[in-house]
Amino acid sequence: MSRYFTDEHEWIDVEGEIATVGITDYAQEQLGDIVFVELPAEGATFEKGDDAAVVESVKAASDVYAPISGEVVESNGALEDEPALVNSDPEEDGWFFKLRITDASELEGLMNEKAYKAFVAGL
Amino acid sequence: MRYLPLTDIDRSAMLDVVGASSIDDLFVDVPAEARLSAKIAGLPDHASELAVERHMGKLARQNLSAGDAPFFLGAGAYRHHVPASVDHLIQRGEFLTAYTPYQPEIAQGTLQVLFEFQTQVARLFGCDVANASMYDGSTACWEAIGMARRITKRGKALLSNGLHPHYVSVARTMAKFTGDDLVYRTPECDGESDGVELLREIDRDTSCVVVQYPDILGRISDLSSIAEKAHEAGALLIVVVTEPVALGALKSPGEMGADIVVGEGQSIGVGLQFGGPYLGLFACKSKYVRQMPGRLCGETVDAAGQRGFVLTLSTREQHIRREKATSNICTNSGLCALAFSIHMTLLGEAGLRELAEINHARACEAADILSAVPGVRLLNESFFNEFTLVLSKDAREVARTLAERGILGGVSLGRLMPDAPELANGLIVAVTEMTTSEDIRALADALKEVLA
Amino acid sequence: MTMLKEGRPTAPAHVNKEHPDPATATGNRALMLEEPLIFEIGSTETTGVDFTPVDKPASRLGGLERKRSIGLPGLSEQETVRHYTRLSRQNYAIDLGLFPLGSCTMKHNPRLNEKVARMPGFADIHPLAPVATVQGALAVIHELAEWLKTLTGMAAVAMSPKAGAHGELCGLLAIRAALEARGDARSVILVPESAHGTNPATAAFCGYKVEDIPATPDGRVDLAALKARLGPDVAAVMITNPNTCGLFERDMKAISDAVHAAGALVYCDGANFNAIVGRVRPGDLGVDAMHINLHKTFSTPHGGGGPGSGPVVLSEALAPYAPLPFVEKLADGSFALVEEETAGEHHAGSFGRMVAFHGQMGMFTRALTYILSHGADGLRQVSGDAVLNANYILRSLDSVLDAPFGGSGPCMHEALFSDKGLAEGFTTLDIAKGLIDEGFHPMTMYFPLVVHGAMLIEPTETESKAALDQFIMALRSLAERAKAGDEALKGAPYHAPRRRLDETLAARKPVLVWIEEALAEAAE
Repeated sequence: MSRYFTDEHEWIDVEGEIATVGITDYAQEQLGDIVFVELPAEGATFEKGDDAAVVESVKAASDVYAPISGEVVESNGALEDEPALVNSDPEEDGWFFKLRITDASELEGLMNEKAYKAFVAGL
Repeated sequence: MRYLPLTDIDRSAMLDVVGASSIDDLFVDVPAEARLSAKIAGLPDHASELAVERHMGKLARQNLSAGDAPFFLGAGAYRHHVPASVDHLIQRGEFLTAYTPYQPEIAQGTLQVLFEFQTQVARLFGCDVANASMYDGSTACWEAIGMARRITKRGKALLSNGLHPHYVSVARTMAKFTGDDLVYRTPECDGESDGVELLREIDRDTSCVVVQYPDILGRISDLSSIAEKAHEAGALLIVVVTEPVALGALKSPGEMGADIVVGEGQSIGVGLQFGGPYLGLFACKSKYVRQMPGRLCGETVDAAGQRGFVLTLSTREQHIRREKATSNICTNSGLCALAFSIHMTLLGEAGLRELAEINHARACEAADILSAVPGVRLLNESFFNEFTLVLSKDAREVARTLAERGILGGVSLGRLMPDAPELANGLIVAVTEMTTSEDIRALADALKEVLA
Repeated sequence: MTMLKEGRPTAPAHVNKEHPDPATATGNRALMLEEPLIFEIGSTETTGVDFTPVDKPASRLGGLERKRSIGLPGLSEQETVRHYTRLSRQNYAIDLGLFPLGSCTMKHNPRLNEKVARMPGFADIHPLAPVATVQGALAVIHELAEWLKTLTGMAAVAMSPKAGAHGELCGLLAIRAALEARGDARSVILVPESAHGTNPATAAFCGYKVEDIPATPDGRVDLAALKARLGPDVAAVMITNPNTCGLFERDMKAISDAVHAAGALVYCDGANFNAIVGRVRPGDLGVDAMHINLHKTFSTPHGGGGPGSGPVVLSEALAPYAPLPFVEKLADGSFALVEEETAGEHHAGSFGRMVAFHGQMGMFTRALTYILSHGADGLRQVSGDAVLNANYILRSLDSVLDAPFGGSGPCMHEALFSDKGLAEGFTTLDIAKGLIDEGFHPMTMYFPLVVHGAMLIEPTETESKAALDQFIMALRSLAERAKAGDEALKGAPYHAPRRRLDETLAARKPVLVWIEEALAEAAE
C-alpha cells in the first residue's frame, strides 16, 4: 500500500484498484472543529478535480475534490454521527470515501509524505 | 433636527480631530461631477412630528379599514383579533431595535423566542423541525420547491390547482431563471380538488407535489394518498398552509405524510398590513434539515455550562456559502415571528382549538345564509373558515359594487386569475371570529340586491 | 430621650471580599432573571385568551378533524407578559446604546414611525381590498417611490422585494430579463472580492457564473483588471458603493462606462446608501439597478432579524422589466394597482411577481414617515453626520489599532480596523467580546474577508459625541489590553446573561426544537 498527498491537502491510500481518500492532519487543524461531513453516494463517479465531499466547521464549508478519477465504492458512514473523527484521527479512522480508480496514471505527480511535509512547511 | 444629536460645536470639535475643515471635505473621494453641492432641489425640508403625523393620518383616512366595514376578505391574508399584549410586547425596544442575534451572549431573548417559535411551528405542522421564518408564505413555497429539487435532484414540480395563484406566479417567476419545470392548470369551479389528476401525474421525474390545505377555494382534502404515491416515486409532498388557525381544527399535514410544510403565519399575531410584512413558516422532516433554507436557532451551553441558544448550521447560508448557499434569504421576519409566538403562547392549545371552532362555526352560519340568496351557489363540500360562492354575475364587478356600499364582501377569482374566464363568477368569502351575525346579514342583503 | 433601636441598617456593611459574587438559590441575579422555556412553564390547558361562546354546528371539515394533541403550551396574560419581558432584558438593542455593526446601519428608530404604521387605515387593510377603498395606501407607496427615485436619480423603482437580498434578486432578474429580451444570453457576473456574501449567492441563484474582481492595495476595485475581464460573456458587474471597506469607489463612473460599453449592466449593492443619501445620486454614476435597505438607511426597525424591505431603483434600460405589482398615478390623481388583472400589453415585459402581495407596506409607512421628518435638508445632514462620526472614530483610534486603509484619505460611514499588532493569541473576537462587558454591541467582525481579523465600525449619525467618546475610550482600553496580552480578556464577556456559547456543540448535535427530557432520553 502506498500513500499519496495532493496540494489540496488530501491523502490517498492505494491498494490495488481501490483508493481511500481523506484530508490531512494539517487540513483539519486549519479548519478547526469539524461539525459535519457531506459524503458522496456509492456509485457516484468523479473526474479528477470534481467536488466530491463537503467538510464543514461552524463558520466555513470547504469542498473536498476528487484527487483522482474514479467511482465511489464506499463512504465512511461513521463520519455522519461522529464528524469529530476528522479532527481526532484524520489520516486513519477519519477517512472520507473509497474510489475504484479509473486511471492509475493520475497518481503520477502526486506527493509522497516527505514531499507533502516540505510543501506544508513552506506555506 | 430631533433625531440628530450632534451640535455645530460638536461638529467643529470633531472635524478638528479628523483634520478636515468641513463635512463636505470628507466626501473628497466622490468625483466632483457626481457630488451634489446642496440639498436636492424640489423636495420639502424637514418637518415636525405633528406635521408628519397629520400628513400620514390624512393618507390613512383615505383607506376603508377592515374594522369600519362588514369584512369577508381572505385568500391568503386573514383578519383575526390580536390580543393587546402582543403589540405591547413586540414594541419593547430590546426586541424592536435589536439586530439579528449574531452575538448570542447579548441576544438570548431573541434566540430563546426563535427556539420556542421553531418548536411551536414544527408541532402545529406535525413536522420534526422548523426554521426561524421566511419572508412570507409565497417565498417559503418557492423555497420548498427549490429544496425538493436539491434533495431529489429532479426538476419537475406538480402544483395543485388549489394553490394560491400568487404563490404559483412567484414560483413561475423564479422557475424562469432556475429552469424548473412547473406543471399547473387553473382550477375548475367544482367542489373537488385535483387530487386524482395529481396522483396520475406523479412519475420518476417528479421532484415534488405542492398542495395547499385548505386550498385557495377553501376546500379540504385528505393528502395521505398523494404522500404515499409521491414517496413511492421518490418525490416529496410539500403542503402549503395559508391559514394556520385551521390547524387548530384539522389534522396536521405532517400526520398525512408531508415532507415539507410551509405557510403564511400572518393570521396569528401579525395583522393584515396591506400584505406585509408577513411571516413565512417553514418546517420539514429532520432528515432534510441541512437542505433547509433560512436561519436556524439551536440549543447549546455556554462556557459556564448554562443552557443557551445560538444561530446554527449557518454554513447553509449565503454569507458563508456565497455561490453555493441553499437560498438567498438573509434578513427574514424576526419581529413577526415574535408576534406569532406571543399570540400562540397566549392561545395555547386550548385557545387555538377554541378559536378554530369559532371560526368554523361562524363560517358554517355564513355559508348557509349566503347560499340561500337567489343567484348564489356554495361551491364547497368541505371548508374551514373560507369558502367559494358561485354568483350569477361576474364577481369582480360584484365585489366593487359591494365596496361602494361599504361592504368588503370577498375576493373575486377574476382578480386572482384573470386568464380563466370560466372562474369569473367565483367569490372567495372568509369568515373569522371577527365576523358578526349582523355582518353576515348585511352581506346577504346586499348580495340579494346586487344580484337581482 | 427615647431610644428607638429597632429598624433596618442604613449604611452598607463591609464588603464580603471572599465572595464578591455569591451564588443565588434561583440562579437569578437581581434584575437579571433567568426564564425557562414556555414548554417548561405552560400547559396545553392554560390560555391567556377568552372567547365569547358560540353554538357549534356539525363539522364540515371533510372528515379531517384533528384528533391528536398539538402540544402547544399556553400561559395566562400575566405569565405571558412576564415571560417575554424577562426575555427582552437579555437582548442588547439600539434603545440601550451604541450598536456599531458595520454595514448594518443600526440607527435610532423614531417612535413616530411605529405610531403611523399602526394607524388602522394602514395596519388594518387587506391586500386584496378593492383599489377604490385603499387609495391612501397606494398614495403612500407612490409617494415613497417618488422620493426613492429622486434621491437616487433613477427612472423607476420596484417596491415589492422583502429585504436586501431579495432586492438583489429582483435587480438581477431584471438584468437577465433585459438581456434575454435583446436576445443576448450572457453567463458571467463579476463581483469584487470584498462583496457581501449575498452578491455571489444571488448571482449563482439566477443561473450566472460568478467571477471575482481583484482589489487595488488601497481597497478599491481594480479598474484595469475589470476592464481586461469585460467581454461579450459578462452580463453584469455587482459593485457595493461605498464599498465594504468603508471607501467610496472613486472610479465608479468609469467602471459604469466601461461596463456599458461592453454591453453589460451595473448592479449596485445599496446597503451603504446611508453614507451618501442626499449628496450623491447613484443614477449619476451610471448604475442600472440598486436595492435600498429601508431597514438601514430609512430606519425601519431591525426587529431582531427582520422584517426588512428592499425596494430596487432601476434605470431606463431596466424599468420595462420591473416586477408586478406596482402603483401608477392616473391622470385624475387617483392611483391604480398594476397586477395580473390590469397589467395588459403595456407592461408585458415585466419579469413577473416576486411575492404574494405588494411588499412590506408596514415598512413603507415607517420609511416615508422617516423621510418626511428629515426632508431634503435633513437627509443631507444624515449622511454628513454619519460620515463625520465614522471619521472621528477612525482618527481617534488609528494610533492604537491598525487601520489598513487609514492612509488613503477619509472613510465614508464606517471605519475599518484589523487585528494586526495584537499580542500573540489575541483576536478580533476577544476585543468584540470585551466590548460586550463594556456595555456596547460589538462591531462587525471578520468582514470584509479581504482584511485579516477585520473590525468594521459603523456608528451612524444618531450617536452623540458623548456616546462616541465613551465608545472610543472603551475600545482604546480593550486594544491596549489585547496588545499587552491580558489573558482575562479571553474569557470575556463576564457580565452578560451568558458566557461564550459552544457553537461547535450546537452544530454537531443540532437541537432545533424542544423535546421533553424523558422523550429525548428514550430516543438515545
